[in-house]
Amino acid sequence: MAKALDFLNTVFVKGFWKTFCVKWVWQTFFCAWVYQAFWKTLIVRKLKFDKWKGWIYLLPAMILLMIFTVWPIFNTLRISMLEGYNSMDVIGGEKFKFGFGNFSTVLKADIFLTCLKNTMLLCILTVPISTFLALLIAVCLNAIRPLRRFLQTIFFLPYVTNSIAIGMVFAAMFNIVGKPSNASLVETWGIMNNILGIFGVEPINWINAGSSYSANIAVLVIYTVWNALPFKILILLGGLQSVNKQYYEAAKIDSTPRWRVFTRITVPMLSPMLAYVIITGFIGGFKEYSNIVGIFGDSMGPVADAGRLNTMVGYIYEIIPDGYYGEASAAALILFAIIFVVTMINLYVSKKKTHY
Amino acid sequence: MSDSINEEVVSEEEITVEETVEPSENQTSALVEGVMHEQNIKNVSNKQAVMKILVQVGLYAFLGIMAFIILFPFYWMLISSVKTLDEYNLATPTLLPRTFDWHNYAEAFNAANLGTLFVNTVYVGLVSTFLSLIITVLSAFAFARLEFKGKNTLFALLLATMMIPGELFTITNYQTVSEFGWLNTYTVLIVPFLVSVFYIYLLKQNFMQIPNELYLAAKVDGTTDLKYLWKVMIPLALPTLISITILKMMGAWNTYMWPKLVTKNKDLYLITIGLRDSFKAPDGGQTDFPVQMAAVTMVSTPLFMVFIFLRKYIMKGVSRSGIKG
Repeated sequence: MAKALDFLNTVFVKGFWKTFCVKWVWQTFFCAWVYQAFWKTLIVRKLKFDKWKGWIYLLPAMILLMIFTVWPIFNTLRISMLEGYNSMDVIGGEKFKFGFGNFSTVLKADIFLTCLKNTMLLCILTVPISTFLALLIAVCLNAIRPLRRFLQTIFFLPYVTNSIAIGMVFAAMFNIVGKPSNASLVETWGIMNNILGIFGVEPINWINAGSSYSANIAVLVIYTVWNALPFKILILLGGLQSVNKQYYEAAKIDSTPRWRVFTRITVPMLSPMLAYVIITGFIGGFKEYSNIVGIFGDSMGPVADAGRLNTMVGYIYEIIPDGYYGEASAAALILFAIIFVVTMINLYVSKKKTHY
Repeated sequence: MSDSINEEVVSEEEITVEETVEPSENQTSALVEGVMHEQNIKNVSNKQAVMKILVQVGLYAFLGIMAFIILFPFYWMLISSVKTLDEYNLATPTLLPRTFDWHNYAEAFNAANLGTLFVNTVYVGLVSTFLSLIITVLSAFAFARLEFKGKNTLFALLLATMMIPGELFTITNYQTVSEFGWLNTYTVLIVPFLVSVFYIYLLKQNFMQIPNELYLAAKVDGTTDLKYLWKVMIPLALPTLISITILKMMGAWNTYMWPKLVTKNKDLYLITIGLRDSFKAPDGGQTDFPVQMAAVTMVSTPLFMVFIFLRKYIMKGVSRSGIKG
């Protein structure tokens, strides 16, 4: 019995087993652990890196967006709520009161209200006219075969122009050389008045000193529509060409009159594109500025009535260099709110009327 | 149309009935019927053909008039640019210039300092396009191919910023660039507009169309992401990249408001602002329109050239963007 115990003692406590258990097993496990830990860290690192790699690619874009897009959103909101915030007083270390003061100042200012009125008027006039004309032209273009590509290219031309440069051309076309008040002092009435004269229209003082507000607006509407047509035609024609021909075949078999085909098939099938064109038209219209600079110059109006045709964007850009950041921010937020509301109304209406 | 169809049916029925009853006698009557029937169809189809031609004529007339209205300002710009001032100011304007006065162009080039303006605009356009393309490609690749935390949220946020009108950013950006001391430098014309969320979106959509298997295969072969991007993705997305380049260059050519705000130094003027600044708005007085039109022609020509050669890309880019410049 004692011998047996002795044997066990030798085998399990002192001898081979002890060495095996304490040294080898421990060492093996330890090494294995180190080994797997090493690879695990590597893999985790790699995975972690993969998780962040996207952000490294995005880094340049993110930095610029932070500085020039995200920060301005918050800062503009903050500034608009600081009453009378302007660059001079910031340098002076003044503290500004928190409130809606800027908004009420802007909304009470006559200049801003003029700008608001001009912008609204131009939007309401140009968007329907240009959309209707573009629809008409697109439908006509879709109905012809020869010369279609050629005409399509011509109708796209106004898009690839500099709106200020071509505005100057329109100004030249409507300009009267001489004194419009006295017909004998006029050298030339300008090509537009000459063309209208063929139809027996009396010469109109469109844009020169002493011209009427409605004449100014008429010129702006003509130029804006001319400028807005190409994009709308492009979109609407693209939409027309994707309309399923079967509807027209069916209408043909039923010998539906053309007008009915237009109102019952073409317009409903085009409604998503129409909605898109109208929404972008309104957004562009509310940001109207450079067309007016093109025709009337920086003074935003005929010589004697500078600023009469200013728009909301023009108002914002005019007061920024003077340092009225608070009011400019308020005006920009009002502009944003108007665009947002109009877009939402458009979306709501088109959701009800649009046929998808 | 519907009437004619009914007639057709009726006449056919008559013929068949007569044929069954008296086959010998109605040979002639059937013939008469047949002739009448044919005439009937002929009449109707004639009428239709006439209508069709009339409609086509109407369409072409309308489109012709509209095309004339669209083209007239360009025509007027071109012929005015070569008229002498005396001829331009004639009471009844000439539709073709009597003499071609090419001096207007030289005069306009000097008056508006067009050389400097061209160089500035091309420089700003090229640098901003190049940097913008790099940033856009990297970002679009990250959004299209890489998986990382917050990707979709971030992308949605970026798209949301597209709704905000640019004027909202302008105020703070003006403040920022003045604090950086960037006013009246080229930097201020380039850096603030390098990132365009829309272009990232456009390119991302294009990258997504490239099958992911290509990416995985490249990974197995041990290709790095950047090499894959350069060798596979960029060549496949080249049309979109060209569209972006053209739109960006056109943007530099047409931008007006931001340069006007931040550059007071005439040596840094871009083409549009320089053009407007050099010529007075019409006041009924002594404006020299032929010279002005010559300057406008010179400014517009490069855009037309680009349009003629790269029409496909421009129209494709525009129809997807709706952005002017």
